[in-house]
Amino acid sequence: MTLSKRIIPCLDVRNGTVVKSVRFVDTRDVGDAIEMARRYDREGADELVFLDINASHERRRTMVEFASRVADQLFIPFTVGGGIDSADLAGEILRVGADKVAVNSGAVRNAAIITEIASRYGSQACVLSIDARKSASGWEVVIDGGRVPTGRDVIAWACEGAERGAGEILLNSIDHDGTKLGFDVALTGAVALAVSVPVIASGGASAASDFVRLFRETGAAAGLAASIFHYGEHGIAEIKRALAAAGVPVRPPERPLEGATT
Amino acid sequence: MIAIVDYGVGNLASVQKALAAVGGEAVLTREPALLASADAIVLPGVGNFGHCSREFHRFGLAEPLRTARACGVPLLGICVGMQMLFAGSEEDAGAPGLGFLPGMVVQMRSSADLRVPQIGWNALHLSGAHPWLAETRDGDHFYFVHSYVPVAETNVLATVEYGGARCAVAGSEGILGVQFHPEKSGANGLRLLRAFVRATRVAAAA
Repeated sequence: MTLSKRIIPCLDVRNGTVVKSVRFVDTRDVGDAIEMARRYDREGADELVFLDINASHERRRTMVEFASRVADQLFIPFTVGGGIDSADLAGEILRVGADKVAVNSGAVRNAAIITEIASRYGSQACVLSIDARKSASGWEVVIDGGRVPTGRDVIAWACEGAERGAGEILLNSIDHDGTKLGFDVALTGAVALAVSVPVIASGGASAASDFVRLFRETGAAAGLAASIFHYGEHGIAEIKRALAAAGVPVRPPERPLEGATT
Repeated sequence: MIAIVDYGVGNLASVQKALAAVGGEAVLTREPALLASADAIVLPGVGNFGHCSREFHRFGLAEPLRTARACGVPLLGICVGMQMLFAGSEEDAGAPGLGFLPGMVVQMRSSADLRVPQIGWNALHLSGAHPWLAETRDGDHFYFVHSYVPVAETNVLATVEYGGARCAVAGSEGILGVQFHPEKSGANGLRLLRAFVRATRVAAAA
């Protein structure tokens, strides 16, 4: 046995409610975030990612309160991201029980935030999230929810991020997001080869076979998806069974805790 | 009362919340007096080895911990907190550990086949027994996040396969160090913490 490949549901959260975006535009409500998180935990999620897409000036407080509520009820690792632009805010979120924070546009604007979070709280607490779009020469980093191109090369940015202290790369393919084309295997493979930290692939998963292909053909450590879990199209357990059958190491279903307390 | 040693950084709330979920009332503290009166002590896994070692000495925590250990107060070390139970670490050669378990902490070297840190779920291979592992089974998965790992001379109770068999659990009567994060290992982790909480009650009543 060896390290399991991770299956990570991602929840886009606005005011405690999960919403789903399609190609980074048009959102629709999906359900209560904590309830969904608990369901994913029961179904065998190895980890969870919450992206806060609340744009109000209240977001700082709501993000910290939300992370605290999650940590009261969930005992698997979880990451909080969305608009984190200071190490202080990252620290508040980590202190109430989140395991990692994901930085994205804020790190492109100010790369020092990666080093600050990593040196204060450890590399394992700092995930560099990158939105990637195919370009003429490779892939380009885009920010602000996929709207703003930066001219930066994705592979170079992933390497710089890891060097600055990011403990994982969360790599989202804008081209595949919401398309059900499967993960972007070329992009993920290239980044996983270039960095020595774990790479989490995101964008485009629509079937168990997409996860099998991801782990067979790339060095990704984890696959992240949203809608295929939200709408119950393909359960986590089904995906894990397919992976196990294909010889990919996964965490088996856990024995439930009999009688929650002493 | 269970005392969670507060090194002043990082995620301590998770350990407290997980203990609460299995009926264990715990406080975060760096007060030597509170440590001295605790029914059980958790050394959580945050920061790096040198930082933890310096904070121990700055806040005068090493002495009450030695006393607690000598008196058989249940002691659980998690991740870096487990590493602190050993004599020292390659992470900071100038920083002493507590020396409760014989051995040293070494760095895992990354290679083409091995990403360091190890981040994720891996299976335990049990090689010894301990009351707090009574409900843990061979092959149970736990969540690991670490770049360093102890090389224990004795007292290895479980290993994990990551570039070879690595020490994942070490301990003896009244003391257990776990390299993984039980507070983040779902039902398997809660089971282990529950066994620890129960041991605490027994020790407090004795």
